[in-house]
Amino acid sequence: MNAQIARARGWWAPILLSVALLGAWELYVDLAGVESDLLPAPHAVASALWSNGGLVWRNFAVTAEQVVLGLALALACGLALAIAIHLSPLLRSAVYPLAVGSQAVPIPVIGVLLVFWWGFGLFPKLVVIALICFFPVVVTTVDGLASVDPEQPKLLRTLDASRWQTFRFAELPAALPAALSGARIALAVGVIGAFIAETSTPSTEAYSGLGHEIITDAGGFQTARAYAATAVLFVFAIACFHALALAERRLAPWAGQSRGDTR
Amino acid sequence: MPTELQSPSQPQAQRASAAAEIVVERVSRSYRTGRGQVPALEEVSLHAAHGELLAVVGPSGCGKSTLLELLCGLQSPDSGSISCPPAVLMPQRDLLLAWLNALDNAALALRIAGLSRLQARARAGALFVELGLDGFQDARPHELSGGMRQRVAFLRTLLAGKPLLCLDEPFGALDAITRCEMQDWLAQTLAREPRTVVLVTHDVEEAILLADRVAVLSARPGRVIAQLEVGLPRPAPGGRPRVRTDPEVMALRERAVEALGIGMRR
Repeated sequence: MNAQIARARGWWAPILLSVALLGAWELYVDLAGVESDLLPAPHAVASALWSNGGLVWRNFAVTAEQVVLGLALALACGLALAIAIHLSPLLRSAVYPLAVGSQAVPIPVIGVLLVFWWGFGLFPKLVVIALICFFPVVVTTVDGLASVDPEQPKLLRTLDASRWQTFRFAELPAALPAALSGARIALAVGVIGAFIAETSTPSTEAYSGLGHEIITDAGGFQTARAYAATAVLFVFAIACFHALALAERRLAPWAGQSRGDTR
Repeated sequence: MPTELQSPSQPQAQRASAAAEIVVERVSRSYRTGRGQVPALEEVSLHAAHGELLAVVGPSGCGKSTLLELLCGLQSPDSGSISCPPAVLMPQRDLLLAWLNALDNAALALRIAGLSRLQARARAGALFVELGLDGFQDARPHELSGGMRQRVAFLRTLLAGKPLLCLDEPFGALDAITRCEMQDWLAQTLAREPRTVVLVTHDVEEAILLADRVAVLSARPGRVIAQLEVGLPRPAPGGRPRVRTDPEVMALRERAVEALGIGMRR
């Protein structure tokens, strides 16, 4: 409860900080005379966004779709893997090291292979995003599933609960807040994941996403437009993060309460 | 004097008393730890008749919780034998599920038995009200006081429908005043809903107030060092529970404390 009030009271703080940072940026570019191709001033970025609104918007729609679907794929795979790891110690010792190792694979190495398998469409990009995002979901969910009080399974056994019922009534709900925290971390890397996906697997679409546009613009001395596209990704990540936080309060209302509880 | 202090060296005499529903015969149990085999229970023999409340009193770490897990079938003894009906455990911590409200927590065993949420709530609802929990049906565990949480946890234990209840220091974490209230509440609840109960506690007074029979265990490894027949009537439904200032209760308490003192000096 207190956390909610604090959140409501502090709504102006991020706005104030953003304005201050933008002001400092503007001043720095003006006073230091930085080349606009190297670092455009905020007002130049804003006007680039304004005059290229249609282009940025269409590319944004492509990227947003990728992030949302890629994250959904990451969540589905991450949760399934976490549950399998939780239920089978053998699978845990077999799979966990590989999952950790998979995080070190530079995506461009396998980008061509993914395109060879699944073509130039959406799916290989979703695979890249899922590959980048699934790991935090697995780690937090595995820990969440194991966070149940060790006495709880004993109690449930004397209530005649099967292994599945212990999972369904105790372990799965206990893991839900952790899994959602994992989803939030996944989302934070998911937006950059979409950027990597767009730049490592070529596309034949007319609009191939903000990441693709940023790379093209940055190479073609359209730096202000590249920054405009980046600003859109920036705001999109914040919006998604808040959407997930909202979902967490809806799906697991007990999580914040027991954490803030001073019982 | 309705009491007798039995020496544990007379298992024959114990076995002769009543058609026992719970019979624990010379049970030993030890655990393997980093420092080798640590005995928790040694040659423990206990019995209780149908509908009786057996209290097991002892210092911390005397293997009381192990005894309950053995009765519940969660562990097997290293030696000796146990015969008891199906038992349900009420652990020390209430372990209410944070994502379920009070009534759903109480009805958990019914959900596990396959009832739908609505059926389980309907079946548990009447007893929930009867035991003084009305108005708290939809409260989340974190909104309940310690005493209320224990009531819900006890109701969950009761609704498991097992003939034997194993209560592991159910009021150990409560403040003194709430604990007194809960002891009276438990006595009255068991008058309404009679069950065979094994109550583990480190509170001698609690044992005397609630039990028909008290077994006193020594410090680790747990051995039965005394058995007291309380011999005071348990309250009838709606009747008055035993009073802690009653001379008979106080005399029994002294005997149990004396037995514990001997056990610790030995």
